Amino acid sequence: MTRDLNDPFSSFIPQRWQDRGGREGMRRGESLPRAAAPFLSFARLLRHHAFPVAPEQVTGFMQAVTLLGPRSMNDIREAALATLAPSPDRRGEFEAHFRSHFYGDAKPAIEGEEDDETRIKDDRGTREEESQTIRQEKGGELSSALEQLSSRDFRCDADGLGQFRRKLASALPVRHSFRTTRTRSRGTLDLRRSLSEIVSADGDIPSPLLRRRQAVSRKLLLLIDVSGSMKLHTADYLKLAHAAVQGADRAEVFTFGTRLTRITSALRIRDREQALARAAALVDDWDGGTRMGPALLAFLSVPRFSAFARGACVVVLSDGLERGSHAELEIAMRRFSARAFRLSLATPLAGDPRFRPATAALRAVLPVLDDLVDGSSLKSLTDFILSLARPAPAAETIWKRVS
Amino acid sequence: MTRANAVEVAASPEAVAARLAASRYLADDSLATAIFLAIRLGKPLLLEGAPGVGKTEAAKAIAELLGRELVRLQCYEGIDAGHALYEWNYQRQLLAIRHAGEHEVDIYDDRFLIARPLLQVLRAPERRVLLVDEIDRSDHEFEALLLEFLSDFQISIPERGTIRAATQPIVILTSNRTRELAEALRRRCVYHWIGYPDAAREAEIIMLRSGHVAEATARAVAIAVQEIRTRPLAKPPGIAEAVEWANAATILEKGGSPWPQAFRRAIGVLIKDEEDLSAIAPELGRIVEEALA
Repeated sequence: MTRDLNDPFSSFIPQRWQDRGGREGMRRGESLPRAAAPFLSFARLLRHHAFPVAPEQVTGFMQAVTLLGPRSMNDIREAALATLAPSPDRRGEFEAHFRSHFYGDAKPAIEGEEDDETRIKDDRGTREEESQTIRQEKGGELSSALEQLSSRDFRCDADGLGQFRRKLASALPVRHSFRTTRTRSRGTLDLRRSLSEIVSADGDIPSPLLRRRQAVSRKLLLLIDVSGSMKLHTADYLKLAHAAVQGADRAEVFTFGTRLTRITSALRIRDREQALARAAALVDDWDGGTRMGPALLAFLSVPRFSAFARGACVVVLSDGLERGSHAELEIAMRRFSARAFRLSLATPLAGDPRFRPATAALRAVLPVLDDLVDGSSLKSLTDFILSLARPAPAAETIWKRVS
Repeated sequence: MTRANAVEVAASPEAVAARLAASRYLADDSLATAIFLAIRLGKPLLLEGAPGVGKTEAAKAIAELLGRELVRLQCYEGIDAGHALYEWNYQRQLLAIRHAGEHEVDIYDDRFLIARPLLQVLRAPERRVLLVDEIDRSDHEFEALLLEFLSDFQISIPERGTIRAATQPIVILTSNRTRELAEALRRRCVYHWIGYPDAAREAEIIMLRSGHVAEATARAVAIAVQEIRTRPLAKPPGIAEAVEWANAATILEKGGSPWPQAFRRAIGVLIKDEEDLSAIAPELGRIVEEALA
């Protein structure tokens, strides 16, 4: 291609085959032609706005611009999209930054596209390393105070959550993984290892070696209602969620009220106080109204989230009091039950012995629920979650028997 | 075909688009640019998009445009190295040992090695294109394994040593985005998000793909499908479904159903979810009427 030859930055771009890490481009940073500066600063701008951009992507970006000419601004845009790979959710934001950087538009007011649909907030953008470094920078006194806090937390396990956390991983239901593990009994023949045994035994067949499919614990998905009517319980529920995220192999936690917020990565912080504070800061719709149906549908509309629900134990912590029509709630619950291994609704109202699933919304969703249980105390909830692996009759049969 | 040829084929994004059109695949500027960059930068191409927007078709078209054979690795939960890289043919090895008797036999010879897709491509990168389909279905461990392959284009076989690619193979990855891929994988690739095309382009695609559909039908189908996609469906129809629908309606029409009815009868090939069907049914007549107008 002749275009490369008379291009201003072809000189610094390494041969495609030898450059893979992008380190080459970085090392020669000082000799970059001035025309390359906007591309570098664009990458910096993106990083500043929490887009993950790797050095090799920046090199790739500049190589791509060179390859394309560039004949127009659009070439640069295409190159940026292809090499810097913004996630489709943040595409609009990316384009706004691009315009503001390369066209000098006014600073974009980026706060997502406002619409009447349920807003979804995913805390994936904030990195866990950040919180780590902040913690490290703090003085010795403070960190030792934090340590004390967590150790105290550990010692006086008043709410039983410490025990819950330790038991959880082994208490969740299991499924058979595709992966296999070596075993001495009850398995299928492991041809690879058996053959090497045979070869080393000079053609004799000693006792055959076996493999068996591994058992993996199922995913746990907690959906916590943070609306006004659940005010008394949300604090407890968050503590429970923290213990669950710490204890289970794969757990995800979302809160919903008028919006849907993913708080899992906030809860991954080991220290409970800190984790809960971060989670609390993420949620914008504390003690508001409930739009349970739309919020759950919004959850299912994100492929990444609904894929997590597939084959998982889904526990919805809510009183199930839906304002207005419950049609959407019914659809959402039906879709959940089609995906989930087990769908449970824990409602604090069931703490009252006189409770019956009598509201129209509860009656409508009851047929698709696997469990409708008491969510009024931490004790009953932890006991229930630890019993998820044990089979139980469907919610409908239980509540029919009661009423 | 050699690499020089690949460069020749991908002289510019427009050349790529023209060649793809010759392979009966209509790519928009942005996709053509991404393909061009992937070939010229020698990076894997990661295509993401909703199911049925033509990700796999794009890979097939790229293989055709380069005149290479497409090697497809379909991912699924639990896929492991034995399915993706290589496997020894144990039965043959055992037979060979038995057969050899007192003679020496090299049981790690080529004839006992079963090459799986990644190894197949590694052995003849200038003749093959690798398609790693629906990578989001595989688990994280497999993604990590793939990462190693994609960064160095080599496979280590303990009994044989490391096998390296003579030239850099062309690799296409597709994902339905049912889960987020690792950042490390994304950043190694040239990325393109395939969205649904606009009505005019979709009509062209339907014409190109189906062969015997009249232009007016194709246009009506494209408009109706665009309209249906705006509804809150569990599974919005993809391009493949739109093509099927146009085909099915044409067949029904030739069999004697009048137009609007042919569309309504053939709806089963467009929407394949009972709930969605009942949601769209009351409006379907109007949508089809409007599209035909």
